[in-house]
Amino acid sequence: MPNPSEPHLAVAMYGIVKRFPGVLANDHISFEVRAGEIHALLGENGAGKTTLMNILYGIYQPDEGVIYVKGKRATIRSPRDAIRLGIGMVHQQYRLVSTHTVAENVVLGLPVSFLFPERAARRWLEEFSQKYGLSVDPNARIWQLSAGEQQRVEIIKALCRGADILILDEPTSMLTPGEIDELLGIIRRMAAEGHTIIFITHKLDEVFAISERVTVLRQGKVVATLETAQTDKTSLARLMVGRDVIFQLEKKPAQPGEVVLRVEALHVLDDRRLPAVRGVSLTVSAGEILGIAGVAGNGQRELVEALVGLRKSQRGRVFLKGQEVTNQPPRTLIEQGVCYIPGERAMGLAPGLSVAENLILKDYCQEPFARGAFLDYAVINAHANRLVDQYSVTTPSPATPVKLLSGGNIQRVILARETCQSPTLLIAAYPTSGLDVGATEYIRQLILQQRDQGTAVLLVSEDLEEILQLSDRIAVMFEGEIMGILPAHQADLGTIGMMMAGAQRIPMSEAA
Amino acid sequence: MNNWPHFRLEKRLTVPPWLEFLTLAVSLLLALVAIAVLFRVLGVNPIVAYQRIFRGAFGSLYGLTETIVKAIPLMMCGIGLSLAFRARVYNIGAEGQLLVGAICATGLALSRPGWPSWALRPAMFLVGFIGGALWALIPALLKVRFRVDETLSSLMMVYIASELVNYLVYGPWKGAKEMGFPYTDKFSPSAQLPRLLNTRIHYPTLILALVLAVLAYVLIQRTKWGFEIRVTGENPEAARYAGMNYFKTVLLVMLLSGGMAGLAGVGEVAGIHYRLRYPQGISPGYGFTAIIVTWLARLNPLLVIISALLLGGLLVGGDAIQVALGLPVATIYIFNGVILLFVLGSDLFTHYKIRLEWRRER
Repeated sequence: MPNPSEPHLAVAMYGIVKRFPGVLANDHISFEVRAGEIHALLGENGAGKTTLMNILYGIYQPDEGVIYVKGKRATIRSPRDAIRLGIGMVHQQYRLVSTHTVAENVVLGLPVSFLFPERAARRWLEEFSQKYGLSVDPNARIWQLSAGEQQRVEIIKALCRGADILILDEPTSMLTPGEIDELLGIIRRMAAEGHTIIFITHKLDEVFAISERVTVLRQGKVVATLETAQTDKTSLARLMVGRDVIFQLEKKPAQPGEVVLRVEALHVLDDRRLPAVRGVSLTVSAGEILGIAGVAGNGQRELVEALVGLRKSQRGRVFLKGQEVTNQPPRTLIEQGVCYIPGERAMGLAPGLSVAENLILKDYCQEPFARGAFLDYAVINAHANRLVDQYSVTTPSPATPVKLLSGGNIQRVILARETCQSPTLLIAAYPTSGLDVGATEYIRQLILQQRDQGTAVLLVSEDLEEILQLSDRIAVMFEGEIMGILPAHQADLGTIGMMMAGAQRIPMSEAA
Repeated sequence: MNNWPHFRLEKRLTVPPWLEFLTLAVSLLLALVAIAVLFRVLGVNPIVAYQRIFRGAFGSLYGLTETIVKAIPLMMCGIGLSLAFRARVYNIGAEGQLLVGAICATGLALSRPGWPSWALRPAMFLVGFIGGALWALIPALLKVRFRVDETLSSLMMVYIASELVNYLVYGPWKGAKEMGFPYTDKFSPSAQLPRLLNTRIHYPTLILALVLAVLAYVLIQRTKWGFEIRVTGENPEAARYAGMNYFKTVLLVMLLSGGMAGLAGVGEVAGIHYRLRYPQGISPGYGFTAIIVTWLARLNPLLVIISALLLGGLLVGGDAIQVALGLPVATIYIFNGVILLFVLGSDLFTHYKIRLEWRRER
């Protein structure tokens, strides 16, 4: 039996059990974090990482188990209790008031002077900026900030409340590669100052980049707690998934057929009506994957939305199998076999409707699901049962509301719907973002399989590894323009990196 | 060391049906308790007051038939609103749409008194439906074209409709034989709806409402358009993504809910009053009460039938205590408001687990 009252343990949780309807989210978990260490909490989606940390932060009550904080037995009934114990948490979705300034968000709920509370915030912001490199403009409004800057505000909020134990829930999932490096630097400096960091992640690289120790969760249980230096990627992956993971996909050479998608000098505006896509031209052929690499926010989203009919283009033309489809509504494009896996998963789902209904979200008005004006639920349910089986969606039943499924299973529902009818053109935007190793592997294989069946695939991703692994040709997008298109076998990380930063441009001979 | 109560909220992932029913029942009960305090303040014994209300609404054959009479327009409006609210389109202007339906039916009844009843009565329902639908079309178009919030615009349209009725009954349509009252002339017999025996139940409207409730249920649960309505209400982004036409769905639910409120107006002028009267004479706020009816029924058109009878009974019972106990008319509006407040508030208890804890302050 470990000794929980040892003061060198910042947090000790023993025998934690948490049940949700139909799920055992935490199954007798014991978890120890030493004071001043960076401890990674690794596991697939649905392994129970966030649940465990929500218990530590007082959002959930454990059904069983005890918690010690800094050597003392603690009952944490609410985040307020947690804050009082010096625990801070930065959630995956930031909890900021987007129309207020940084300073106002930082002091919100703090007992500082009633008039001009931002003054106190300014002092803190300066201090943290010097100490940890957490620099943000106190007068900026939250909506004007990038995801990385918003995250810094969240960290500052936790520090102002006196947190010396900081829980970061998948902190890199919304960040660009540059922002990730900055964040890791900040974390190291905080740890050096004596803060204890719990870093929730499902990315193996991050575990090795930042943590001293790592605890692996699988299906609600602790599988192992290890010194990071004494393990390696393959064994961690095996612990996390419960079987061997192939990091190199098997990929047959592409057999490109006729040109399916042709985009000519397309111009698209963003939500603020500023030019986001500036003269993009490209082609995608049947049976090949064109990867679009680039840091998010360089016009990828607007390009994709214009191609699926959700956004009007200003100039330029789009052809599908030689037929012009510029600015056609989504319905027309869907009927021509354009399928779309959206970057924001929530966009592709009606959360309160059942799995079965979400599986026909696009085909509800076509035979055999609809007969005249009526929906044929016998056919719809049979269809759902088949897809749930074929795509291994873990759900209590096809009648379960889709919002009750885990992230990976929700993505499977979308994939099943978008790929089950062998689309002509599949547009996948960030298809594996936020997903664990097992789900990612499955989804990448599925995309390759679609290609081999003759589908033209346009893949947009920030994950360079994914782009290199899957694409047959790679286009790099920077500030709304294509910096060049390379065959995958000629692409190396250095060139692509330079192009992503806008430092290099390749003439467009390959594009035609 | 002092102890103080402390509430904790935990979101429920699934809501069992019995719990939904229980919270609804308890919230209604608590609403009655709250109103009991009000009766007390007004110097009336609440138990006596509730007895009078219950007996007035359900205790006699007359009361029961009057409850049904008042439930008819509530049902009509409520069924339409359940469609709109499902799509998260908040049509608050059923009262105005009801009045415009009444105006249109009156216009036809007064200008074509000689038409045979088999043609005139259905035609009145038809023009009433169209009138109510067109009245709802204005906020619908403002919403889809200019992103004007339909809650406000549909509410504003109520006042316009109300003043329109006033203008007509005091002005051009003022009856020659009505001794100066703000009424139109009485409809010809062929424009009057038949009633059940010697009650005021105009059964053609009642039957129409029951049929429409079933149709609305089938529409929502079993048709393509119902699917579009449900997806739009769940997530408008997903509806667009799936190639659904958001404008079409908004227009559809606004036209249907407006049209059904219009039918309610036809029922009132053709089945109860046989003439157009000043606005409060046609409807004591049926279109607004129908909002409560719809929420009580959890946006289910079939349950609207039951909740309409409940609220109809309350209106009749309200009349009874007004007469018997000398309470002001406003009492019953307060009654309605308190019930809506408690029913909406009860959602918190269905969607969250709540624990009361005694926290020890250090």
